[in-house]
Amino acid sequence: MTEEERVRISMFKRWMQRITHTDVIMWLIGGAILLGIIWGSVATLRAGIYTVHHWFDFTIFGLAQGSIYALIAMGYTMVYGILRMINFAHSEVFMCGPYTAYFVAAAFYSTGFLDQYPIVSLLMIFFVSMATSTGVALLLERIAYRPLRTAPRLIPLITAIGASFFIQYTVRGLYGSGFQAYPSVSILEGEWIFGGFRILKFQAVVILSAAMLMAALYSFVQRTRLGKAIRAVSEDKDASALMGIDIDKMIVTTFVIGGMSAGAAGVLYALMFKQVHFFMGFIPGLKAFTAAVLGGIGNIPGAMLGGIFLGLMESVGPSLFLDGLGIVAPYQLKDAIAFTMLVLILIFRPTGILGERLAVKKA
Amino acid sequence: MKQALKTGLIGGVVGILLSLIGMVEAFSQRDIIADVISMGHTLLVVVVLCMGYLAARKTRGGWPQVLTSSTITGLLLAGMLALLVLTGDFVNLRKIFINASPQLYSLLTFGLGKAPGSKLLFALGGVFGLLAGIFYLSPEILRRVLLLSLGSVVGAGVLQDLLRPTFSLWGPLSIINEWLFTGNGLTTPGALGLFSLTAVSYLFWSSKGNAVQAGYQQLPHASRRVIKMASILILVFVLLILPQVLGLFLSEVLTIVGLYVLLGLGLNIVVGYAGLLDLGYVAFFAIGSYTVAVLTSPELGFFSLTFWQALPFVIIFGVFAGVLLGTPVLKMRGDYLAIATLGFGEIIRILVLSDFLRPWLGGAQGIGKIPKVALGSFEFGGPQQIYYLILAGCILVIVISLKLKDSRLGRAWMAIREDEDVAQAMGINLVSTKLMAFATGAAFSALSGAIFATKLGSVYPHSFNVMISINIVCVIIVGGMGSIPGVIVGAAALVGLPELLREFAEYRLFVYGAALVAMMLLRPEGLWPEALHRREFHEEEEKEAKPGSSLRVSSG
Repeated sequence: MTEEERVRISMFKRWMQRITHTDVIMWLIGGAILLGIIWGSVATLRAGIYTVHHWFDFTIFGLAQGSIYALIAMGYTMVYGILRMINFAHSEVFMCGPYTAYFVAAAFYSTGFLDQYPIVSLLMIFFVSMATSTGVALLLERIAYRPLRTAPRLIPLITAIGASFFIQYTVRGLYGSGFQAYPSVSILEGEWIFGGFRILKFQAVVILSAAMLMAALYSFVQRTRLGKAIRAVSEDKDASALMGIDIDKMIVTTFVIGGMSAGAAGVLYALMFKQVHFFMGFIPGLKAFTAAVLGGIGNIPGAMLGGIFLGLMESVGPSLFLDGLGIVAPYQLKDAIAFTMLVLILIFRPTGILGERLAVKKA
Repeated sequence: MKQALKTGLIGGVVGILLSLIGMVEAFSQRDIIADVISMGHTLLVVVVLCMGYLAARKTRGGWPQVLTSSTITGLLLAGMLALLVLTGDFVNLRKIFINASPQLYSLLTFGLGKAPGSKLLFALGGVFGLLAGIFYLSPEILRRVLLLSLGSVVGAGVLQDLLRPTFSLWGPLSIINEWLFTGNGLTTPGALGLFSLTAVSYLFWSSKGNAVQAGYQQLPHASRRVIKMASILILVFVLLILPQVLGLFLSEVLTIVGLYVLLGLGLNIVVGYAGLLDLGYVAFFAIGSYTVAVLTSPELGFFSLTFWQALPFVIIFGVFAGVLLGTPVLKMRGDYLAIATLGFGEIIRILVLSDFLRPWLGGAQGIGKIPKVALGSFEFGGPQQIYYLILAGCILVIVISLKLKDSRLGRAWMAIREDEDVAQAMGINLVSTKLMAFATGAAFSALSGAIFATKLGSVYPHSFNVMISINIVCVIIVGGMGSIPGVIVGAAALVGLPELLREFAEYRLFVYGAALVAMMLLRPEGLWPEALHRREFHEEEEKEAKPGSSLRVSSG
């Protein structure tokens, strides 16, 4: 036995010692789920129920859905990065914008302005929505979160939940409890055909504008002085304060960015699903938060990746994984797939796809 | 001066918000004191008084400055409301704000028409602002008496629908009922009587209370024990006769609170003792409910056990589910744990809801015809009977919780809560300790779910959504983390009160949200915290207070 072999054996032994029963059980659970996924996918593909066109449609829908999640998730992840708190009320920030902008859109629609100058109207709608969401986010920060910066972790969480109820029912009281149908924009109707593949126009617009916004936000955070300061504060508050960074200002800026991206995501969501409601923020908010955790919370590219991954899983997953297993009405289980993916990823990478291992204090 | 303007502006925004979301109008249908003041107006008066008080508190200087600033605040607040009315005259606000109705404007102007009404509104704002300033300047004993007495009158007015039927259940009390209430609101002599009664009894207690307490302290140990035993016996007696006294509706509310107490005590072990934030706790509640439903309901026809035969399975399944769902999340920390458990809760609900598992779990229609629990010939049918079942469950769980808290396991949990790595270094087995927490919590939750299923007689997947989990977390935190009486108080405050105020259904969650935020800002340690936790939260205040006690007075 050579020296090298002996070292290798002892390394293997040490590795064996580190494995615990729970690791084995977790790998078994994870392996079983993976096996089920592969089995189901192979069976579906072999059965050939869906054509390439179907899969393409699923993917585009998933991308559109996912990029909306990604935009909302940015707000969650940035606030988490800087304050280490789950901003549970972010879903309400997302809801306020498009609901307020609805009245602008409806006014444009009834005067015919929307059809005459669709681009200008859309820009106005985006502007109103983003402004409202930003305003709500700022108020939230000032009233509910700022006094609690040093409080134990669970306290701001409960405050956020309370604020979430408060905003929801304020909006309900102000604007009413019914569904409001968003007016449809004629230039977004219809479809483009590329080499036999059909893309609905509004889906393409949603994907493109979300991609542009994300690119802009990412370069803002990475390239500008302000972005650098924000990153410094989320790295270490005290040290950055010593370096002369105004922490309050950075936190406010973070909420502004989060509010803006949530407002934009809200309009995209409203254009895609054509309606607004005071409770519309809850489910997308939950998904976006899941996406943020999936990508590694506090990590901006992670949030984007997580959002798009989650959107794709939801639209492609049910047909791909479950149809082949002979499960009835697989589409009902799309949320279950999304959350199973989450748990699966967290089993193998407890800190998300791109997350770094957090120290105890941070986690 | 600047403070007064700022407070007045904030108050004006609050007043306009309350008006525009329709709260003022909805509350105006109910009078606090019949034909004198309605609830809607009371709401606005309370806003003016609070804002005036705040402005007065922030003002430095002698009494003229204080009174001026509180009056200005009141004037500004009322002025903004008057402005709303005048704006509503020119612009149709109703296109956006559905509650900006003519009724609202006429309420705000006291039905006197625009111009005279606005003037009266403005003047009243000033008067109430001035009153708030005077209130601030008056001696503390007077303030307390006024606050308590006014509070009791308003409280009686708000809860009149509950108090009236309860009083009329009891022959002699119906005289009080007639004296105190009319068809809509309190009678004027009744309100005055209640006011003075509260004031007198408070004054009496504040002069004698200390003497009584001191007397109790001086008693010998043995007789103190007798008094303690006697008060426990009285408590048990009161708990036993409670549903008979309270009538059907209040018993129903009690049972709901009881179920939440059970759930809260279970989650208290996971979150409060072991510090593992579980947002998918409703999963175990669902598992308990569905176990009972599948095992006992003849509708599916697999088994037809009785509740008592099904109960062991409920507990076993609960524990099993706790371990099963706990294992994958053992290594996760903080928010990763929270979101993974939330995912589990949703997965369970979606699976139950799906058509895929419908033959076994009933799908969206749920499972019906769950038989009532029977003990011998006594059937736990209505809420007044089920109450006893829940009471027994609560007492059992409380005893177990208390025993666990001071056990070796309980201390291990608390060590993990404070610092996982240090706990591990001290030789605590993280895996088994955490799993024990998940399993115990899950068993309590499953028990609660089982009772819930028999109480309703049917189970639906929609009863088990994320909001329940979040609500239970709120109950624990608002009550005070890790504290058993805290869970009971928290459940009563967050579940009981909203149930009692069901008639204001639309604004229930609005108020609930505002109260949660206010509570966390003003009293983050909870309503009834553990002594240890209270100290943690007020560590800095204590340090500050030591050098000179005047420091707190000026800052508070």
